[in-house]
Amino acid sequence: MTRRVLILGATSGIAQEASRCFAAAHARLFLVARDPEKLKALTDDLKIRGAESVETCEADLTDDSSIPLIISKSVAVWGGLDAALIAHGTLPDQMSVENDPALLRNSIEVNYVSAVSLLMQLGKAFEDQRSGVLAIIGSVAGDRGRRSNYVYGSAKAALATFVAGLRLRLATANVQVVLIKPGWVSTPMTAHLPQNFLFASAQQVGRGVYQAIISPRPIVYLPWYWKWIMRMIRSLPEPAFAKLNL
Amino acid sequence: MCAMKSHESWGRYPKSEPARIVDLSWASDLPDLNRLPRPLLPYGKGRSYGDCCLNDGGTLLDVSGLDRFIRFDPETGLLRCEAGVTLKTILELIVPANWFLPVTPGTQIVTVGGAIANDVHGKNHHRAGSFGRHLQGFELLRSDRGKVLCSRECNRDLFEATIGGLGLTGLILWAEFQLKRILGPLIDCEKLRFESLEEFFELSTSSDKKCEYTVAWLDCMSSANKRGRGIFIRGNHSTVLLKDSAGRRAVPTLRGFNTPASLIRRPTIRAFNWVYLHTQWRHSTRSTVHYENFFYPLDRVADWNRFYGRSGFLQYQFVVPYERREGVTEILDLMAQSREVCSLSILKVFGEIESPGLLSFPRPGVTLTLDFPFQGESTLHLCEQFDQVVQKYGGAVYPAKDARMSAKSFQRYFPRWREFSSFVDPSFGSDFWRRVATPLAVSQ
Repeated sequence: MTRRVLILGATSGIAQEASRCFAAAHARLFLVARDPEKLKALTDDLKIRGAESVETCEADLTDDSSIPLIISKSVAVWGGLDAALIAHGTLPDQMSVENDPALLRNSIEVNYVSAVSLLMQLGKAFEDQRSGVLAIIGSVAGDRGRRSNYVYGSAKAALATFVAGLRLRLATANVQVVLIKPGWVSTPMTAHLPQNFLFASAQQVGRGVYQAIISPRPIVYLPWYWKWIMRMIRSLPEPAFAKLNL
Repeated sequence: MCAMKSHESWGRYPKSEPARIVDLSWASDLPDLNRLPRPLLPYGKGRSYGDCCLNDGGTLLDVSGLDRFIRFDPETGLLRCEAGVTLKTILELIVPANWFLPVTPGTQIVTVGGAIANDVHGKNHHRAGSFGRHLQGFELLRSDRGKVLCSRECNRDLFEATIGGLGLTGLILWAEFQLKRILGPLIDCEKLRFESLEEFFELSTSSDKKCEYTVAWLDCMSSANKRGRGIFIRGNHSTVLLKDSAGRRAVPTLRGFNTPASLIRRPTIRAFNWVYLHTQWRHSTRSTVHYENFFYPLDRVADWNRFYGRSGFLQYQFVVPYERREGVTEILDLMAQSREVCSLSILKVFGEIESPGLLSFPRPGVTLTLDFPFQGESTLHLCEQFDQVVQKYGGAVYPAKDARMSAKSFQRYFPRWREFSSFVDPSFGSDFWRRVATPLAVSQ
């Protein structure tokens, strides 16, 4: 049973919906995010929806120095963790990152560096308790570089490679590592994009994340059809892919 | 697949394009209303049939991300939640704790904010009145006054203007209301056939005394000699307890899709009505059903409005005083003489309980609801004829369902509209409001 869950980046649309699924299953949740008012709103909501208890911690996850404290607190409060979900991230505007080196660096920092830093330290904690599920949200954008968002995509691709290695290392300690690759999701992060029929709701994807954690598989595409779309996209020869103008 | 969110009205007529859609996700992180391009209008699940949820060229404030519970006391049944929470989400939470909504419309896919803004009613109007009656209070965000707490005790005038206020008095952030005790999720339901409107009124009078929920389905496309026949549906919360409350939920959800032309045509509706009527071949049948099957049969087909094709449909709901209920017969006669196809008609007798809203629709009398595929001028003309009859009998038409009534009609149905308009937020507006209020206000 997945009873004690750490959610990092708890105010993201997908994390919130996954948390609600855990709450409905009467789990205990430890939420980490930057904004105290949003954390308070989440806590009230999740308790009413059935969470056995909700603990929160305000932190900036791109700040490495805050991570050890978060991990030790969340492990200590219920004497261990059954799962952790890493859900923070930003989707930068490709045009802006191409022209702003600081933004470019920040985008890689948030989407890759802070994620692997968290994974590395959480991995150790889970290795010590010799159980648990580590889930992290990647993206289909990491499956092939596209001109429209290759910066974001490259961070997610690097993350996927990192996770693949970590998964093998932690397997010996009975810890499972799940990489979740959502396609387009309607969340505040994608509100500026024109929506099409492939967009899934945060609720749909959040439920998928919950499922992926309670019955872990190495790589989970959400919704399922992205697995086949990405298989097709990866198999296209470069000249054909270039013509698609994606 | 296909979570693409459209910002249409449920009837998909008229077409309207907002210049901007602003998704609201956090009550603690709201945009400054004075910095958004005017006019503004809150938008929930788009279940209003007509144009009171549309804002052509303006900004829609999409509240579906404001969907958090704030406080729930399982002992007293007092619930406080953000305005974007749907009735479906609320029911999933409260029914297992043996509570139920005080009032529910025929779909559970509406937001709390929408339920207040249209002061919705349900099958228990004769017992419970409209939704607004059960509100303890709510918080509004206005462009001119900021956050305003409204209840019977404080800002009562704004409280009453907002109930049934069509989203024009400001953005509802959260609301608190009183739930109703139940024993379980089941409803004891009884269906009875009736052959005439007289029989319906008799059934309604006797049923309203002993049943909490009453409504009737009318076979609106039958030939003249059979007109007024239908099925009367009544129910009470059951005392039968279910161990596994999820057990009886049954029936998978279907999804409606855009049909190239409307599927709703005279032969298909006649055939459907004939089958539906004849499944009720005995005079009366009793059953114990899950609340979802009793209250929300249409919710089983997601997006059923798409079966009407791209041109959409109109729903016409009016009420006439009980003593002048011959107005209902007159409307049905008009419809039969026309070439329009009525796909659904629902009849209900409202009770005496007064609605708190300045602009609330529910009032004592008989209410009839008619659905029509939109066929252009002829459909609009028929509705215009209906308006003449409704006015003659001193009735009113429901703004939540309307897409076409004239300013003159509206102002006769809702004589307090001028008083109401003083509470409209100066930055807010809707297609509906611009049609029914502004022209005369300017000319006078």
